[in-house]
Amino acid sequence: MQPTDIGNPDYFHKVVDCQWACPAHTPVPEYIRLIAAGRHADAYMINWKSNVFPGILGRTCDRPCEPACRRGRVEEEPVAICRLKRVAADFKGDVGPRMPAPADAPNGRRIALVGAGPASMTVVRDLAPLGYHCVVFDGDNRAGGMIRSQIPKFRLPEEIIDEEVGYITRLGPEMRLGQRVDSLKALLDEGYDAVFVGSGAPRGRDLPIPGREEAAANIHIGIDWLSSVSFGHISKIGRRVIVLGGGNTAMDCCRSARRLGGEDVKVIVRSGFEEMKASPWEKEDAIAEDIPILNYLVPKEFKHHDGRLIGMTFEKVKAEYDARGRRKLVPTGEPDQFFECDDVLVAVGQENAFPWIERDIGLDFDDRWDMPKVDEVTFQSTHPKVFFGGDAAFGPKNIIWAVAHGHAAAISIHRFCEGEDLTDRPPPGVHVSSQKMGIHEWSYDNAISLDLRYKVPHREKLQALKDIKAEVELGFDPELAFAEAQRCLNCDVQTVFTDALCIECDACVDICPVDCISFTQNGEEAELRTRLNAPALNLTQEIYVSGALKTGRIMAKDEDVCLHCGLCAERCPTGAWDMQRYLIDVAQAGAACCSK
Amino acid sequence: MTFLPKPKLHHPDLQKNALGYTRRDYEGPVSTLCAGCGHDSISAAIVRACFELDIAPHRVAKLSGIGCSSKTPTYFLGASHGFNSVHGRMPSVATGANLANRDLIYLGVSGDGDSASIGLGQFAHAMRRGVNMVYIVENNGVYGLTKGQFSATADKGAKSKRGVVNTDEPIDLVGLALQLGATFVARSFSGDKAQLVPLIEAALKHQGAAFIDCLSPCVAFNNHDGSTKSFDFVREHNEAVNALDVMLPREEITADYAPGTVELVTQHDGSVLRLRKLHVDYDVHDRVAALTYMQERHAAGEIVTGLLYVDPEPRDLHAALKTCATPLNALGDTALVPGSAALDKLNATLR
Repeated sequence: MQPTDIGNPDYFHKVVDCQWACPAHTPVPEYIRLIAAGRHADAYMINWKSNVFPGILGRTCDRPCEPACRRGRVEEEPVAICRLKRVAADFKGDVGPRMPAPADAPNGRRIALVGAGPASMTVVRDLAPLGYHCVVFDGDNRAGGMIRSQIPKFRLPEEIIDEEVGYITRLGPEMRLGQRVDSLKALLDEGYDAVFVGSGAPRGRDLPIPGREEAAANIHIGIDWLSSVSFGHISKIGRRVIVLGGGNTAMDCCRSARRLGGEDVKVIVRSGFEEMKASPWEKEDAIAEDIPILNYLVPKEFKHHDGRLIGMTFEKVKAEYDARGRRKLVPTGEPDQFFECDDVLVAVGQENAFPWIERDIGLDFDDRWDMPKVDEVTFQSTHPKVFFGGDAAFGPKNIIWAVAHGHAAAISIHRFCEGEDLTDRPPPGVHVSSQKMGIHEWSYDNAISLDLRYKVPHREKLQALKDIKAEVELGFDPELAFAEAQRCLNCDVQTVFTDALCIECDACVDICPVDCISFTQNGEEAELRTRLNAPALNLTQEIYVSGALKTGRIMAKDEDVCLHCGLCAERCPTGAWDMQRYLIDVAQAGAACCSK
Repeated sequence: MTFLPKPKLHHPDLQKNALGYTRRDYEGPVSTLCAGCGHDSISAAIVRACFELDIAPHRVAKLSGIGCSSKTPTYFLGASHGFNSVHGRMPSVATGANLANRDLIYLGVSGDGDSASIGLGQFAHAMRRGVNMVYIVENNGVYGLTKGQFSATADKGAKSKRGVVNTDEPIDLVGLALQLGATFVARSFSGDKAQLVPLIEAALKHQGAAFIDCLSPCVAFNNHDGSTKSFDFVREHNEAVNALDVMLPREEITADYAPGTVELVTQHDGSVLRLRKLHVDYDVHDRVAALTYMQERHAAGEIVTGLLYVDPEPRDLHAALKTCATPLNALGDTALVPGSAALDKLNATLR
């Protein structure tokens, strides 16, 4: 193998698994250390810079960081990254003065944004401080998009949305709320320099099976129903409720139903329980509220009597896998199952809908999915002035993806307006600093906590079910947050090796608690991986390779389960190992907009 | 040194041995020696050897004297018995312990000061009596605890860190052990675990006096230019006579090697030492030739390492003294205290 090029920012970025996995590349270990230090406002601002909605995401994020967390590979569970983010938001105090000010003077550019959800608001956050005049359209009367309309208040209180959307509206965008855009062509004709489409995936999929029309009065499309609940148009549901679907929307539906009079609420899914799309913790929360999840049942018919829904029948299926591992649901042959119910909530998926985009304005749609063709890096459509982001770009994902899209689109829009090449993306900012304070003192807490993951305290169930606005999760208090924060392995404090200083004394090899360092003959990567002190079988993790040492051998370190405890550096007599903090700031359009 | 204990978290694929222990279970508290000390590597090699041999930690007695090296038994085999003796007296304590309980595995760890100066007589007698033990000298050529004065194993002409040249002849512990009748003699280097671990394993399996002289650079006081016990010097002058694999009786022994290049030595307990010869003419069974060879190569400035001598059927102290096969602590009161009648009878034979 060639010596590892640690000058490439991606190399150490990948070692910070959580940050690499986060679509917005939030510097997770950095803010977790600040939480441990009680510097909640600083931790919040680091989050805010990257993901724009820390308080919202700290409650609702799909947490791609947590399955990636290295801690999950050396013990049972990852660090509760998401809930620590919430801690930063809960205890930050007043960060108003630290927020960027509106631009001193307009730069003369006008951009229109369709939808006031997380993607559009991120674009505004990035571009407004540069002087862009941002005009935001949304059919709803309040900004926030799906964050406000679809996420139940018992998961996300309204005031959190108001606060974090407010930090952006204060930058001076023109908010045209209650104004739905009906024609992209008309919008373009108004002469905007660019248009950003962040209109989400607003159409809930229906279930056209027998009885659907006859029993329509008691069958509701999940996201529409959630939205009506959210805006106070619906406040009751029948006693017996069936929720169809296995995603997070289904979980929000069933838990909302429990709070609006549903006593016998059950979720019924086609697939197996394990394959459900809902996050594991959302399933747990639903089950904890006495909601059974029944699996391998395919909806067959809505049963009705005198125009009233009385129940549903389901066909029992089992999963079978073909030679290529593709799953097929095949009937078991057992008799159909019937469940009585008063209402059904259909949460079997969402779709994009662009009836308002004319197909003759030079904006191409793909034939198969009827989705606009959008560049995955620049987020530009085939119409040079029109950019997409969030669910509108590539179908339903999560808030954090919408934010990431927003940042990328903002860069593109800025470059487009400046007449620069969109494919030339600005590099990240990298700050490197040794953490050495003394012979065995580091400016980070390198002792490894053996604590298992702490559970977030919940509101007592009976109380929680009484009030649909009562937040269920109460959040960590500062003490619990500190203990949980100490579980973080500080993966951004990197083990940096200097070949020329190494005397090959083996001290680092002997002390490494996870056997990740080897001194051995060089070889091809696949073969080298098999003869390290602990075979490096996780191919998604890199091997850090030095140049040839005095004996002709190389140092090879498997990054996979390194605890970043720094003991290699403490034991190194020559300083060949050093612990260096790599702070990687992914580029944003308005780098000037964020003061730390 | 480090202040932090080694984290309990370990590699998810960490192997277990036949007893169900991981290698980590054979470790001790974190070392307080200087960062990079060769002794810590030897501790790690002992940990690995005991793990690989499926040794039950409570069947091992670690014994040591005084010095950096003699501190190390604290840092390995945390679940074994230990005795930290007076300076240089480890061999006597080991001899006594061995006579009282012959069933334990005795692992003596000493240094060049502890064994070549104050304890030289003790060392000599343990070897010549054939005490069944592993005797490891962690040899760095200096007194590290008192800031690096030359020890008795420092080579003539070697330069101290402050530039002083050693004028005394060195004591060659390997030569002494060979002369005094040790039945397993080896030399190795802390910076070469591939060589050291099998040597410790073979020594642990040896049923007699097994001596390993292990060069162990003192990074604080003896790892500079002019030193003959530095990492660089030892690496440049290391002449290994053989490479060793230890095969337990349960393992299948394959014979895929060129004739004359490998020798199999079966020890008394059934373990097999597979010696891959690096010097074709070197005979590990010829004590006299070994002594001569050591002298020659030392004169040529080389450091000979590897398994230097082995007698696969050693006679140990218990055999010489015709002691009973049962350890004293397993004998009942009647056997241990036979009473005045037995004493009278014994006395009568001496009149």
